[in-house]
Order: sequence, then C-alpha cells, then structure tokens
Amino acid sequence: MASPRKVADIGTDYAQRYGFHDPEEYFLRSPKGLSHEVVEAISRLKKEPEWMREFRHKALDIFLAKPMPTWGDTQMLSEINFDEITYFVRATEKQGETWDEVPENIKRTFDRLGIPEAERKFLSGVSAQYESEVVYHSVKEELTKQGVIFLDMDSGLREHEAFVREYFATVIPAADNKFSALNSAVWSGGSFIYVPKNIEVTIPLQAYFRINAERMGQFERTLIIADEGSKVHYIEGCTAPVYSSNSLHSAVVELIAKRGARIRYTTIQNWSNNIYNLVTKRAVAWEDAVVEWVDGNLGSKLTMKYPAIFLKGERAHGEVLSIAFAGPGQHQDAGAKAVHLAPNTTSKITSKSISKGTGRATYRGLVKVRKGATGCKTSVQCDALLIGEAARTDTYPTMEIAEDQVRVEHEARISKLGDEQLFYLRSRGLTDDQARLMIVNGFIEPFVKELPMEYAVELNRLIELEMEGSVG
Amino acid sequence: MSHSAKPVFSCTDVHVWIAEKEVVKGVDLAVSAGEIHAIMGPNGSGKSTLANALMGHPAYTLEGTVELSGEDVTSLSPDEKARRGMFLAFQYPVAVPGVTVASFLRAAVAAVRGTEVPVREFRKELLARMEDLEMDPAFAGRYLNDGFSGGEKKRLEILQLLMLKPRFALLDETDSGLDIDALKVVAEGINAAASQDVGMVLVTHYQRLLNYVRPHVVHVFMDGRIVRTGGPELALELEERGYDWLETPATAGGA
Repeated sequence: MASPRKVADIGTDYAQRYGFHDPEEYFLRSPKGLSHEVVEAISRLKKEPEWMREFRHKALDIFLAKPMPTWGDTQMLSEINFDEITYFVRATEKQGETWDEVPENIKRTFDRLGIPEAERKFLSGVSAQYESEVVYHSVKEELTKQGVIFLDMDSGLREHEAFVREYFATVIPAADNKFSALNSAVWSGGSFIYVPKNIEVTIPLQAYFRINAERMGQFERTLIIADEGSKVHYIEGCTAPVYSSNSLHSAVVELIAKRGARIRYTTIQNWSNNIYNLVTKRAVAWEDAVVEWVDGNLGSKLTMKYPAIFLKGERAHGEVLSIAFAGPGQHQDAGAKAVHLAPNTTSKITSKSISKGTGRATYRGLVKVRKGATGCKTSVQCDALLIGEAARTDTYPTMEIAEDQVRVEHEARISKLGDEQLFYLRSRGLTDDQARLMIVNGFIEPFVKELPMEYAVELNRLIELEMEGSVG
Repeated sequence: MSHSAKPVFSCTDVHVWIAEKEVVKGVDLAVSAGEIHAIMGPNGSGKSTLANALMGHPAYTLEGTVELSGEDVTSLSPDEKARRGMFLAFQYPVAVPGVTVASFLRAAVAAVRGTEVPVREFRKELLARMEDLEMDPAFAGRYLNDGFSGGEKKRLEILQLLMLKPRFALLDETDSGLDIDALKVVAEGINAAASQDVGMVLVTHYQRLLNYVRPHVVHVFMDGRIVRTGGPELALELEERGYDWLETPATAGGA
C-alpha cells in the first residue's frame, strides 16, 4: 500500500511531534514469524507456569486452524503478512519501580508524550507500557493499603497465579476469534487489576503505551476484576510513531464486574496509518453492576473493535460510547455489542464516526436479548459525519431480540460537513480551518466531555492535527 | 444621520448567478454609518440571494464591486469580510451541535476583533447583551442553534450583531417567524446597533418590522433589481398597495 502518501496526509507537525522513535535497543526480540518455537521461547523467558505454557500452545493451534473473519474489511485483512511480524520484544531487562530506574531513552519518549505531567498528577497511579513489557509501573501506596492489585499482566501471573488462573480467558476464550487466539498465544504485558469488595478507587488507573518497533506486534492482555460493590476507572491511551511497514496490534481485554460493581474503561488510541488494530474487548456485568466502555479510535490502517458487554445479572447496565476518526486510506470498523442475558438489564450504545477524504467508517453492532430476559431496555444511536465527497460510512446494526417484553430504540444519522455550516461560521470571522475544526469538535463533544481533562486536551489536539489541510 | 458621509458599505452594478441563472441583475447601494436601509420585495425576487452573495456565499457567482469603507472587498472570503467589519444575520441560521453559544461567540469575537478577550470580561459583556435581548443566561450554554425555536435563532443573530459590532450589517428576513414580543426585542437590538453607527440593510418582505425600526431609505426589489427608492413612506405604500403596481414590462420576466 502507498504508506508514504498516507503518512504525508497526517501533516509534518504530526510526524515531528509523534513520529519520533528511539534507536531500537532491545535485550531480546524473537525472530520474525510465528511458530510453536516462538511461543515456547516467550513462555520460557517469562518463566511461566505449565498451564500458561500449554494455554499458549493450544491457542496457537486454534489461531492456525481458524480462518480469517469473513466480514469486516476482508480485503485489508488479507494483506496482513503474519510471517513478517515480530511477536515478542523485551524493552528492558526488568521493569522499573520508580521513575529514576526507567532508562533514559524510554524517559525521553515519555517526555515527548507528556508522561511527566501524568507523573506529577497521578503520581503513583501510572502504569506505562513500553514495547511488550511494562517498564514503568508504580502503584500508589494507598491502593496497596486498600488491597487493590494493579500490576502488569506478567507480574500479575507471577504474584497472583491462582487468581489469574481462575479468571484468565474466562470472558474471552482463546477460541473466540482468530485474533483472540493469536493474542492468547503470544500475549505480553497489559494490566492486571483487582479491586476488593466495596473499595472505590478514586484516581483513574492509567496505562500509557506505544508501539516503537517496526513490524512489531503488540499483544497486550488486560484483565480487570471489580469485586462486589467496588468501583474503578481504567484509562489506556496511545500515540504511535509513524512507520512505513505494516504492524499489528491485537489486544484482549476482559472485564468482570461483580454484583453492584462499576467499571469504566476509557481508551484513546491513535495509531499510525500502517497499524492493524484488531482488538477483542468484552465485559461481564453481574447483578446491579455497571460497565462503561469509552472508546476513541484514531489512526491505524484498519481498526476492528467492538467492545462488548454481557449483562448476566439482573438490573445490570452497560454503556458503550465511542468515536472513530477515519482519515484518508483508513478504515475504522468499530461498534459495540450488548447481550442481555438477565431480566431488567439495560444498555446504551452511542457511536460517532468521522470519515475524511477517502476514509471509511463502519458501525457494526449487535444487540441481543435472550428469551426470558424480560423488562430489558436498549438504545443504539449512530452518528456519522462525512468530510469530503469520497468519504464513506456504513451501518450494520444487528438486533436479535428473542423476548417480547423489551424496549428497543435505534437511531442512525449521517451528516455532511456542509457548505452551509461552513459559510455560517466563516461569516463570523472564522477561517475555513477554524470552522471545520469547530464543527468536528462539536460533533465529538459528547465523547470528549466524558474524558478526564488532560485526555480531552490531547484528543482535541490530535483531532486538530488530523483536520489540518482537510479542505475538500 | 448624515446621508452625505462616506458610505461604510457600497456595491456597484452587482450581478449574481446561481449556476447559469442570473438572479440579481445589476444592483447599486450605498449605506452610511448609522443609516438603516430596507430592501423590500416579494418572495423569490432575489433579495436573499443578494444578501448571501454580498457576504460571499460559495454557491453564488458575483460580478460587480463591493466596498467596505472604500476598500474593495469583492473577491474576499466571508471570514475576511467579517474581519473587516461586515456581518450577515441569516434567514435560516445553521445548527452546529456540540458547540456552545458562548464558546462559538468567544471564537468569533476573537476572530473579528483580532484579539482574545479575557474570559471574565467576555462573560460579563455576553451576559449584559443577553439581558438586553431578554435572553435567559442558560442560553449561553446551549449548542449553537441546535433545537432552537425560530424566535430563539433570530435573537441569537441579533446577539451576534451586538457582540461582533460590525461596521455594516445585512439582516436577511430577521423579522420572519417572530411573535410580536420577540419582534420588539429584535427591533430594539437593531436600533441599538444603529445608534452605535452600524450601517444596516434590512431585507424583508413585510412592513411589520418597520413599525419598530424606522429606515432612512426604502428600496423596492423586484426580479433581481431595485425598481424604486424612497423614504419610509414607501414602505407604507407597499403595505397598502402590494407590489403589482410597480411591476413594469421592462422588469417583468427578466433580462
């Protein structure tokens, strides 16, 4: 694909600010390509227990046996060359526990991403993943006192093996889909969080990570368990450097919200134009639990991501609020799934997308209500904004309702960034660029206002960069 | 007001095309500071097209000359015209969801004045102007024209007129869709702007607004041209007699 052209579309400022990368200094990286030898090496290097080693090998077999998805952007998917990807890279020998221990070159990267700011603000709540390993991870003393576990997944497995074994892959089994199988075979990093009963985590737990190695896959694995009556907000945000060849990001995120618990999971992902971002995210919400996915997708070549909530307990509530920005040559195939398995459960899906130039945004959603799940309510709203004549959007809202006593609402709107809106704003003195940015920022406002301040600022800045020179 | 002062706005031999169709067929206007002109004409006569084309609507092709305080602005973009002190109150203001009235106005004021106004100062000014127009302060936090009633939209246009303080304003059918109370408030806003030396052209096909705003000059606009110009009494005559008596074979049916 014509990557250089797409890179140019981002604008030089973007490349300057986000396109930097450090010379690759890795203590270990696996050879390119995927095999049982590679899986074995990863597991041995991590000194994993036998059951995890077996889990990985089985998952690889599932991956190799499963066909590619027959939906989504099959054309783009078929362009992934799995033999050209590096499946494991270790950035540093061990992870730093304090900022001082983090190597200088990695600090420089974080500096440019604004991590020191986060460091000051959320002092110990930061978990930052660099490459396939978490290199900086400090847990606020308070969290430890409260009994909250906040570790990278590898440490979680080492330090809380029985716990991990009980829940790992219970929400998303390896065989769920081809990419969850791939992740299960080669996963590395991600977060492991446990919040004990009735504990409210008042600061958002953050993981800040980026891909830095060319043709490197990133397969992080996150598991969050919120015990009864607890409350936690987890934030992941990424900015990726600009590279010329394809890279694969395939994460698996599992959330378990027990009775009366609340989990909010916020993501802002801004991948460079060559990244395949194929992520499986799923939550289980038990009785009276609330799960919210707040999901922002920018960049990448192809994103396929449908955060799901399985409402298994009565009165559980699930929300998915997402935005997708598809720039020229990009395809955002995103959506949400709400599966109502218990009575009186409710869900709300709000999906907003922007397609610019030849960008393409697809909403793909599923709302399912099981027979007997009476009194459920669900609403789905899809808003698409098109910028330019070549921009494209599609909506595939699937509804499988097996119960009569439910309330289902669905609304889809497509609008064009139009001459009339631009003329109106320009007649008030705003330049063409200012006017376009104002319209787009207005469009994503319902999403942005759900973000913590610094993420809102970051997102607005990214959108500004994406909108540069967007005439036409 | 002095009619002999140098005009803040003038246009000469303005023709406007929509695609291949000539809709405005040669218009001359000169408006001085503080002067109110009314352009009256039947629906479909091209007066809204004239207003939009003068502001620089991209769908229209304009020929002729447009000047602001003697500067030729004919080929300038709408935002460049706005920054030179030109304003258009829209007949159908456009909604921009997610952008609050306050943040939009702050950006517009900064663009037009060429400098950021400190938040507190801006807020004070905004609330004062809103009070003048009998608008609820909560209005500032609503999304721009999103779900507004017709009357709310028109009030917001006048609020913008008062905040942006242009030298010259075109008001396109600002009186339509208003109940009598709203009409009075809007008229007060227009009079306030005129008293601050804004030159104005009110485009309308009703005489109604002119009960509250006294124009210095009234133009009758038919089939793309000004066919008659007079004082305020001309508006009353139109109210009584309609437009038919003005129609002449020369202007009927177009060029």
